[in-house]
Amino acid sequence: MKQKTSSLDKGYVVFLIPGIIAFLVIIIIPFLTNIGISFTKWGGVRPPVWIGLSNYQRLIGDSVFWLSFKNNLILLLAMTVIPTILGLLLATFLFDYISNNFGQGVSSFFRAGFYLPQILPSAVIGIVWAWILQPDWGVVNFVLKGIGLSSLAHDWLGDPSTALFAVMFVLVWFQIGYPIVIFMAALQRVDPELLEAASIDGASWFQKFWYITIHLIQPEILVVVLTTTIYTLKIFGQVYVLTRGGPGNATSVPSYYAYKQFFETQQVGYGSTVSLAMAIIIILLTVLFINIQSRRENAESA
Amino acid sequence: MVVKSFRSTNRMVKWIPLILLAVFLLVMLMPFILVTINAIKTEPEFAQFGPLSLPHSINLTSLENFWARADFSRALFNSTFISLSVAILAAILSLLNAFSLGIGKVKGRAWLLVFFLMANFLPQEALAYPLYYFAKYLHIYDTPYAVILVLTVIQSAFGTYLLSSVFSSFPREILEAAMMDGANKMNLLWDIVTPLSLPTLSVLFVFFFIWTWNEFFLPLILLPSNTNMTVPLALAINQGQYGVNITAQSASGLLGILPCFIFFLIFQRTLTKGITAGGIK
Repeated sequence: MKQKTSSLDKGYVVFLIPGIIAFLVIIIIPFLTNIGISFTKWGGVRPPVWIGLSNYQRLIGDSVFWLSFKNNLILLLAMTVIPTILGLLLATFLFDYISNNFGQGVSSFFRAGFYLPQILPSAVIGIVWAWILQPDWGVVNFVLKGIGLSSLAHDWLGDPSTALFAVMFVLVWFQIGYPIVIFMAALQRVDPELLEAASIDGASWFQKFWYITIHLIQPEILVVVLTTTIYTLKIFGQVYVLTRGGPGNATSVPSYYAYKQFFETQQVGYGSTVSLAMAIIIILLTVLFINIQSRRENAESA
Repeated sequence: MVVKSFRSTNRMVKWIPLILLAVFLLVMLMPFILVTINAIKTEPEFAQFGPLSLPHSINLTSLENFWARADFSRALFNSTFISLSVAILAAILSLLNAFSLGIGKVKGRAWLLVFFLMANFLPQEALAYPLYYFAKYLHIYDTPYAVILVLTVIQSAFGTYLLSSVFSSFPREILEAAMMDGANKMNLLWDIVTPLSLPTLSVLFVFFFIWTWNEFFLPLILLPSNTNMTVPLALAINQGQYGVNITAQSASGLLGILPCFIFFLIFQRTLTKGITAGGIK
């Protein structure tokens, strides 16, 4: 009896011990080791040789790395920008129009349908779309030839001028369901009376969408933009299966470039530098994300 | 009369957006449909009628051939074993971590949570080579255990973050009452917190299972031999070897889609709940 409430807040550290040990072994030590390797020249077999900042100098002047990074930024269009905008429009349409006119069941059905690609492993997405985009007997070229547009038939993934766009197209297809699900849940918070009042005051559909809906679901927009941005910077499987970064380096991304250094050209030191650069960018984005969120939470509770 | 005809055109107009949306969805789902109808065609049939025609009969030769050559039974077993192990272990680890960070306000918990979130966001390639090297050193390279160990920790990082935020609003009165009755911390965890958070834990379990199933990068570097491959890996590795065989490739796509589609049907409600609750990606 004497130590009832004071003891409620104490004595939990022991439950954290397995977690701390596991994180130390699987995350912290490998991450620190990776930093160490980034200052060395290492083929993976004989002992690594300390070379100071040479790998970092190489990174700054490495046009393939910067091309990969640029490709990654372009992929943000397909993974973040387009799905967020399209997702907002589709979610609003499903919520406002389809639900109201045809019932919740119908709009849930559409939501599930659009979400379906999201459940696939990245490798399977790659296999399915490589098959559809195959130049000789793939469906896309088959249809183009069938409707008399043979001149447009193309080696979509094999031609450097179209490969990145083809990958982007696949990624939009894959990504669109995620924002729809999040935004449809968020829209339930929007007070219909508010929209009604705005209609009475003569607000157009677009004005209501822009000034009320978007404003109210800002937190979810933020979550979608940041999680998809981080996901994009980590993208690997789709690129590996669709193009292996090719043709040339036309669709290379930093994670694939690092993988190549590690396991294909055995330049482990340089691969570590590439991966560390990406890790730092992602850590900075995460810190930014947490800052914005805690500021918002403080503002809400104030 | 006038009113009536106005109403009926109005009713027709009402349907147009729905039809347009349905067409759009059909286009979105086309890859699933195409892969399915071509996986059950014979090769001559494909050559004659192309990818858009419906199959004349259900022919399982391509599926069976691909199944045998990719040793798909083996891959299914490996994926199930790894995903189940990770889902169970990661849910337990998340629960332990969140119990001390969310229920007990351990010092520095805000920083620890940031740390856990970051561990989940970290690009795997920044850990990959040391993990590969250590796994070889410890002789768990090319065994499921290496992948299970690593993915358990990465998934539980997210689980800890989500569960801790759920636990921070856990009703204190219940815990205080239990303490009055002489419960210790272990009792609190197993008899009170765990049963009451089962809904959240089951959401985490489902997501951990599916994420692990879909994982590509870590199995690629840690499981090189054919007998240890997971489903996505077995399909990706065999993809290149069937460059000419059209129907075998769609068969491999279908075999990749089917398990996930079944998970989706079973867990659809849990998935939607989870995605909307935690912004789970």
